[in-house]
Amino acid sequence: MAASAINPIEQFSISPLVSIQIAGRDFSFTNSSLYMVLAVAIVCVLMMIGANGGAGIPGRLQSLAEMVYEFVAGMVRSAAGEQGMAFFPMVFCLFMFILICNLVGLVPHAFSVTSHIIVTVSLALLVFCTVIVVGVAKHGLHFFKLFVPSGVPWYILPLVVAIEIISFLTRPLSHSVRLFANMLAGHIVLNVFGGFVVMLLAAGAAVKILAVLPFAMTIGLEALELLVALLQAYVFAMLTCMYINDALHPGH
Amino acid sequence: MDPVAAKYIGAGLAAIGTGAAGIGVGNLFGQFLNGALRNPSAVEGQFARLIFGFAVTEALGIFALLIALLLLFVV
Repeated sequence: MAASAINPIEQFSISPLVSIQIAGRDFSFTNSSLYMVLAVAIVCVLMMIGANGGAGIPGRLQSLAEMVYEFVAGMVRSAAGEQGMAFFPMVFCLFMFILICNLVGLVPHAFSVTSHIIVTVSLALLVFCTVIVVGVAKHGLHFFKLFVPSGVPWYILPLVVAIEIISFLTRPLSHSVRLFANMLAGHIVLNVFGGFVVMLLAAGAAVKILAVLPFAMTIGLEALELLVALLQAYVFAMLTCMYINDALHPGH
Repeated sequence: MDPVAAKYIGAGLAAIGTGAAGIGVGNLFGQFLNGALRNPSAVEGQFARLIFGFAVTEALGIFALLIALLLLFVV
């Protein structure tokens, strides 16, 4: 216990549960995979039971499912318009997967899938590629008007276009690092304060009583992390909607 | 310079960034309250935008904290 208190990075280590080697590559089923499957299972069970009844007077689960649906649908409609509703399933899946992964990761001793950049960057690149493919398929070369804002004087236009292109290309980076860094930093801070409790308890009788302080702090941080978990899932989905809006309506 | 000392100095420098994000978040909520007290009826409609701005601003502070933590525990 003392060793894990000193090293707050240890909680993010990935270990293979079932070792699978295909053509010299590692395809092992790891603890990360296990928690991803768990998150997907939770989402599926929640939505299937919630959406199954269709009762006139909704029960708790049905209300929950309907509220989440309405929430995401409202977000897509306000950010990407009625056309954007074609992408509602994608945004909803992303939102639910990230939300449940974040929340499952908050359970003590659980593994937080979204605190690994490889997971978040995959999701962000999925959105990025979708935006480019949909934009080019729908508007052809017209899509690249996204980089040329109207009403800009010609002499600063090259600079503005360069900035627009750079900001477009760095989108997957900021999109993924935002989620990953929030989860990683939050879990490290929680672990550091948890480590303080262990250290103070081990220190001796006189200072043992002080362990209450970092413990109270840990509870407060856990509440903050709950907010961050919800918020980051919302922000990820919201940004996805905005990027899809760019693909559907290029040219400002 | 001793690499370990340089590591800790770097972590301290990176932590300055969290203060800068603090300025941003404070500015955000201050300006929001400023507007909200002038026109309280608009608060409901802008709350989602406030939270969104908070998350995006706060993320930059988290990036700085991340660099500091990586320097402390990983490098």
